[in-house]
Amino acid sequence: MPGKLKAKIVAGRHLPVMDRASDLTDAFVEVKFGNTTFKTDVFPKSLNPQWNSEWFKFEVDDEDLQDEPLQITVLDHDTYSANDAIGKVYIDIDPLLCSEAATRICGWFPIYDTIHGIRGEINVLVKVDLFNDLNSFRQSSCGVKFFCTTSIPRCYRAALVHGFVEELVVNEDPEYQWIDRIRTPRASNEARQRLISLMSGELQRKIGLKVLEMGGNAVVGYLQCFDLEGESGLVVRAIGTACTLDKLTPGTAPNTNTHSNTAPASNVFRPVPGLGSCRATWAMFKQPVLDISFPLIGVLNNQFRHFLFLSVLSGMGSGGSAGKEAGPLKTLLRQHTQSALEQREFPFFTLTCFPPGFLVHVGGVVSARSVKLLDRIHNPDEPETRDAWWEEIRQEIKSHAKALGCHAVVGYSESTSICEEVCILSASGTAAMLNPRFMREGCLDAGGSDHRFEDASPPSCGFCHIPYDEFNMPFPAQLTYCYRCRRQKVPDVLFTTIDLPAEAAVTGKGCLIQARLCRTKKKAQGEVNATAISNLLPFMEYELHTQLMNKLKLRSMNALFGLRIQISVGENMLLGLASATGVYLSALPAPGGIQVAGKTPSDLNYDQHIATMQKRINDTITKNKELYNIHPPESTEELVGSPIPDRQRSRLFRSTSESSDELLELDLSHGKKDAFVLEIDDTDAVEDIQSLLTDAPMPAGFYSCNTEVMPGIYNWTSGLQMFTSVRVYRLSNANLTNQGLNKIFTELCENLLKSLYFKLRSMIPCCLFWNVPRSLSFVSPPPCLHPVLRPPHRSVSSAERCSPLPEGRSRSLRSTRSMPCGAPVAVVKMTPLSFLPGTRIVKYLGIINMFFIRETTSLREEGGVSGFLHCFIAEVFAMVRAHVAALGGNAVVSYSMKECVFMENPNKNQAQCLINVSGDAVIFVRESEQEATPPLMSSGQISSTGADGTT
Amino acid sequence: MRMSVELDVFVGNTTIMDEEVYQFWLDGYTVNDAVKVRMEGGVLEECEASAEVLHSDTMDQYRTFQMCERLLHSPAKLANQLLFQIPPHRQAMLIERYYAFDGVFVREVLGKKLSKGTKKDLDDVSAKTGVTLKSCRRQFDNFKRVFKVVEELKGPLVENIRQHFLLSDQLARNYAAIVFFANNRFETGKKKLHYLTFQDFAFCAGQLISYWTVGAVDNMVEDMDVDLEKQFLQDLKELKILITDKDLLDQHKSLVCTALRGKTKVFNEMETNFKNLSRGLVNIAVKLTNTKDVRDFFIDLVEKFIEPCRSDKWTAGDMRLFLTHYTNSAHILDTFKHQVLWDRYMGVIKSCILKMYHD
Repeated sequence: MPGKLKAKIVAGRHLPVMDRASDLTDAFVEVKFGNTTFKTDVFPKSLNPQWNSEWFKFEVDDEDLQDEPLQITVLDHDTYSANDAIGKVYIDIDPLLCSEAATRICGWFPIYDTIHGIRGEINVLVKVDLFNDLNSFRQSSCGVKFFCTTSIPRCYRAALVHGFVEELVVNEDPEYQWIDRIRTPRASNEARQRLISLMSGELQRKIGLKVLEMGGNAVVGYLQCFDLEGESGLVVRAIGTACTLDKLTPGTAPNTNTHSNTAPASNVFRPVPGLGSCRATWAMFKQPVLDISFPLIGVLNNQFRHFLFLSVLSGMGSGGSAGKEAGPLKTLLRQHTQSALEQREFPFFTLTCFPPGFLVHVGGVVSARSVKLLDRIHNPDEPETRDAWWEEIRQEIKSHAKALGCHAVVGYSESTSICEEVCILSASGTAAMLNPRFMREGCLDAGGSDHRFEDASPPSCGFCHIPYDEFNMPFPAQLTYCYRCRRQKVPDVLFTTIDLPAEAAVTGKGCLIQARLCRTKKKAQGEVNATAISNLLPFMEYELHTQLMNKLKLRSMNALFGLRIQISVGENMLLGLASATGVYLSALPAPGGIQVAGKTPSDLNYDQHIATMQKRINDTITKNKELYNIHPPESTEELVGSPIPDRQRSRLFRSTSESSDELLELDLSHGKKDAFVLEIDDTDAVEDIQSLLTDAPMPAGFYSCNTEVMPGIYNWTSGLQMFTSVRVYRLSNANLTNQGLNKIFTELCENLLKSLYFKLRSMIPCCLFWNVPRSLSFVSPPPCLHPVLRPPHRSVSSAERCSPLPEGRSRSLRSTRSMPCGAPVAVVKMTPLSFLPGTRIVKYLGIINMFFIRETTSLREEGGVSGFLHCFIAEVFAMVRAHVAALGGNAVVSYSMKECVFMENPNKNQAQCLINVSGDAVIFVRESEQEATPPLMSSGQISSTGADGTT
Repeated sequence: MRMSVELDVFVGNTTIMDEEVYQFWLDGYTVNDAVKVRMEGGVLEECEASAEVLHSDTMDQYRTFQMCERLLHSPAKLANQLLFQIPPHRQAMLIERYYAFDGVFVREVLGKKLSKGTKKDLDDVSAKTGVTLKSCRRQFDNFKRVFKVVEELKGPLVENIRQHFLLSDQLARNYAAIVFFANNRFETGKKKLHYLTFQDFAFCAGQLISYWTVGAVDNMVEDMDVDLEKQFLQDLKELKILITDKDLLDQHKSLVCTALRGKTKVFNEMETNFKNLSRGLVNIAVKLTNTKDVRDFFIDLVEKFIEPCRSDKWTAGDMRLFLTHYTNSAHILDTFKHQVLWDRYMGVIKSCILKMYHD
């Protein structure tokens, strides 16, 4: 069904000089959509042309509207030779296709050229008239809303959460087509940008169709990824969580709603009693979405070397043993949900943050990896191979979750690492039991008051309780009774990929914990290489896990949230980086210390050495307790032994309680303290301990975490700065041992951190949010994001930094000074968080998903690789901001730089870089204009890169 | 152990800038020098950072400034460009500092033609003043840029500079002085003028612009504030009568002497020197139609008036008293008909001399 797309080209400014003779430009504009092209008149001899064109109208199918970008090309008219292109603007029409998002696109866009970068700006106006479509066989999915945010967007409530959606599309990469040998780099880059834009559009449309089929109207936690497989092709894949969202009318925002019995919305978002109110206001709305997008293309040779590795990280275990059938069902609840969820092929949720009551129990982290050999994609229309790969992995994840007694996986994400023809596919998530009320039709709408579940308001510790059967545990773990409710069992340590639930009770503050690891491998080809990698993976995963566990205990904490493990592959090395936010959950037992043990306690010196080390460790633990303010009540022993009133347990539970005494004894016999023993009889362990103790402490005033909420600190200012940092190191000596490499790698990460602390020193107290610490790749550095938030501890310093409200200031500027080129630029904030502290998001304008290529043949002249990339990143920010502003927005939330691929050839003085960014364009208003500290935003993004193996 | 940083960038959505580093950049320090100075400044101890960290930070900032430099050349663009998101007060800081200049440097080029030739000699200026060559070039290019832009504009000079370069009023006035001096090529480099600061000259320029230019009578013509009014200069020849007519000269002298008697310690010296001094001042006026003499305006003031007074140990108070009565007495001279002209001339001369006369 058709729609009408209208575009008007208003003016240009700051155009580059195209005619050396006159120092001027004769510019005109081509506007292209699909196969239709319009042109404006030539505006002669001006660097600030005023075209004021008529409305160019395109009558097109809405399918095309979804797939195609509007392409605007600015050219310099030349009477005698071919017209020279100045640059292009691609505008994604998608936000205009949804009635609740933006209504028009209007504003100044940077004119971008893949060789020269930004060259002036153009003012454009775009509108869409969409006719209602009643065709049930339609291929379009206009109107489905997309959110990168991994929580239920703030001005909506979730009526239903339908579940996992995924799609992938494949194509040949234009860069590798034969024609690339004869066309210019510019043409090749533009072909690639356009193709990826088309593929993203198509992918989004297809996902939208799936959502409509499921009866939903939105995708939350939408994550789209590119796999640049080189010769074998280009894969664009996406995952997300289909939901039915209801818009909250402005008057019924949770805090102003007085009819709680009639408005279901207030139920969904009702803060849990006892929760700090300041936190509740926003923490409740966070939804975590992990992007799990996985289209992989390529045909697999044969079913080669398929390796999957299960790591159940919640306890000690990393056992490869898969799928025991879950024991007897623990609660009726499970039966309820089971049916609701079992129907789904993959009961996965990309969300990381949930409405209260959604999450019942959390089992632990489940992850799966698979090593594949890439082969050319023979038929772009048949992406089955890549689909099958991911299908395999998802099945694996599902069975791991089952082994943990869970029927769902939350905080789910997928990623790849590609080196030459080898590709590691990874997926991870958190096994969980969910409350089915969000998944069944009609449940929520039936009535406001919530009587459906016995534990309507679950205790704040509910999610910590084990979902699996305690006598049939999938891995060894020590269970105790919950330290809060004392009724249910909890594990001693909990690892998850989700955000800290809003209702969770935390002791002290949290902090970022990272485990880092390098492994050398032999350079090899094909199957040999893939086998070698497969063999290394389980060991890496195990070691990362051990490191995390040690570091966690050293900080006297007992749970990890937002765990993200990235493994990157290079020619002769593998890198692993695990990041998570450690906290002390009040419901879990206090972590034991770390005991150092030697194997041969004969030697006196040796004993002494061990004693010294033990002392250092103990001292560090004591110091950390102070630092993170962790002072749990000392009730450990008595609690373990204290008779928990059996009567209070559910009947079901009691039926299996015959042997529970044994369990208690078991706990006691192990002893609560010092349960964790490090043996240092081999050098590895010594290294481990060294690295444990050498982690540089954060300077005073800095906090860091990778979840959306910094546990233990709730008084944020709206001063926020997003930044991106990219580093590439070259390793010149390839003959290093694993230990040597680890040390270098650790130093590298620490140096990056030190650098950040230094740069942001003027902002303290502040917190670094490592939103997507997707660091590490070889050759091409993937970025991780850090937004920085400043808590308002020091009003003096924040007052100093106050800039007047941006709006007011720019207006006054305008009135007092004559600006030749119109209004000053509106401020657009960017943050990887899903919210802006101190503000309220009033409208989501649509998803931002942009892909840029930049290339240079004068690398030295542009300041070398750093100068080139610095400029490119600044340009990408500028283009994102311009698009958001044109949609009428003033911020991008859930921003992430998902891809940053950098290639250089210094001998030829050339470099090329690809960047993919995404986020949600929003309009926010300050919660209270008076108390609002003017925004000093800094958020950032860091990407450190592993070394390019050998040189 | 060998790992070298190949690429290291840090980009903020809101452009992050350190004012101290900006100043180093403006002052033409190399990255290494800037790092050295910063280390000595003690940032390191404050933040437990290493030299590497400092180097990386300095590099980032230098790159940012280099990218901004193009925009700073036409500051109005800074407010509506899209590449850098910089809060308005930071923009103002960037511009103001970029256009700020060193007093010692500007003294060297003040009144010189802003040509390629002068630019070539900047290494000498750099060696002499201790200002880095890079900084000299930036300052020189700023002068030249402002000069070129305002050359073609109508309207008041200071206001034009302020609007086009978004500078503070004070800085815009200083630039107006520089443009004015460059345009009229006033000689400021002679040894006798060395004791004068840029601010002395800037003040004089302000006076000349306000009272002697075309703009002083008509405010909508081109170059109104950079060219002295031709007719006025022509008219000044009429003042010659004050020294050529002996009666007038004597009358003038006695009027001034009467007024000053008993009010100054240097009365005798003044009385002895009156005719010389008056001849000096009036001759300057009379010769201003010659471009050459316009250039020597300041040197003439010093040689013909300031130096004789200084050797007689006049105080600034003596000077003020003398000039006031010298100017006013001329009104009482019955055969002297050029009162308006005289006031326009002497008003400027008086304030210039007072500014230039350092006790």
